[in-house]
Amino acid sequence: MIILSSMFSAFSADNLKYLLGGLGITILVSVVSIVLSFVIGSILGVIRYEKIPYFSRFVGLIIDIVRNLPLLLIIFFTYFALPRFGVHLSILTSAIIAMTAFESMMVAEIIRGGLKSIDFGQTEGARSTGMSNAQTMWHIILPQAYKTMIPPLISQFISLVKDTSLATAIVLPELMYRAQIVYGQDNTYMVPILLLIAAMYFVVNYGLSLLAKWFDSKLA
Amino acid sequence: MTTIFTDNLSTFLSGFGYTLLASLIALVGSMILGTLFAILEILPNKALSIFGHTYVEIFRNIPLLVITMFFYIVISNAIKISGFWSGTLGLTLYTSAFIAETVRAGIQSIDSGQMEGARANGLSYGQAMSRIILPQAFVVALPSLANQFINLVKNSSILAFVAGFDIMYQANVIAGLNFDPFNTYIVAGILYLIITLPLSYYMQHLEKKSA
Repeated sequence: MIILSSMFSAFSADNLKYLLGGLGITILVSVVSIVLSFVIGSILGVIRYEKIPYFSRFVGLIIDIVRNLPLLLIIFFTYFALPRFGVHLSILTSAIIAMTAFESMMVAEIIRGGLKSIDFGQTEGARSTGMSNAQTMWHIILPQAYKTMIPPLISQFISLVKDTSLATAIVLPELMYRAQIVYGQDNTYMVPILLLIAAMYFVVNYGLSLLAKWFDSKLA
Repeated sequence: MTTIFTDNLSTFLSGFGYTLLASLIALVGSMILGTLFAILEILPNKALSIFGHTYVEIFRNIPLLVITMFFYIVISNAIKISGFWSGTLGLTLYTSAFIAETVRAGIQSIDSGQMEGARANGLSYGQAMSRIILPQAFVVALPSLANQFINLVKNSSILAFVAGFDIMYQANVIAGLNFDPFNTYIVAGILYLIITLPLSYYMQHLEKKSA
């Protein structure tokens, strides 16, 4: 009974509106980071795949280092350590930059894996019909590679959505942060509010994972 | 940077120890839980397989921080558990969902003739699963399991949210004292890389071997 009545007051219209606003920020940060990291990650993945002397090695090393660090550390670093170089970023920009930096490297590895899965005969064929290296990549290899990459890319983007909750650490007012504000008012709100935001995250991510499954079945 | 490391040697090392400890506990726990749920998912019993599937989908799709906070503020009200254990338990449940997916894919990649052959030889379902199917499935799943372990080590930084005394938590404490977050976080990063980079290269090696 106590739980039920606290549920009613926890889910008041004001609280719900406030949390939905947080979900909006979560989605905003996710979408911007997904678009940016997809573009940057594709470029980095192609560079690593192409084996340009020294440069590809260097990019590969950066990818391996950033990929193997915790995202939380990168978020803290972006927000607290960069001001030392005169780079003062707002909380929102810091969060987006940190997420993008980290996710780009993850995307780059997925892209490289996808490119490697394409038979080398495709490159040879395209090159021997007179296409340049760049044309081969753009018209022949990438379109085929993206097909195999879509499921892992989507699951990467699911973790990106979940990982936006880490930006709570630098007080980005996204869903997790706002949930803490709401249940900070009243101890009995903790369970209902945590369950509610878990459900919100679940709906977004499960939707994405259904999308991944749909692509998987369509492409297979 | 080196002075920050040497000045705070014991703090950093204890953080390193806690990160390793949490990762190892969560690894063992999530391997056991994950394998159990993977088997549940593929059981012919509809109710059990739906239960396994629901567990996996729920824990895969909500953020680790939400799970950890649940342990830290809700469960710790009922049973007294420290921040370290809240974080480690959250980490275990979260990772177990991913391990279940990996192990399930491994089990399903094993030819069904293996199970039929084992059963025809008089092994029970449990015996066939544990002695014939699972050992082969783990070999198939090894590269992705290594990948999950890397994620687990990185995700253990969640302990910083619940005062779990890991590397990230200690780095925040040190940076708060010396006002040099730049170098402090670099030291913390190197400590994480000491664990994750060798694992990452080992995984790439495994993938090359299996390809």
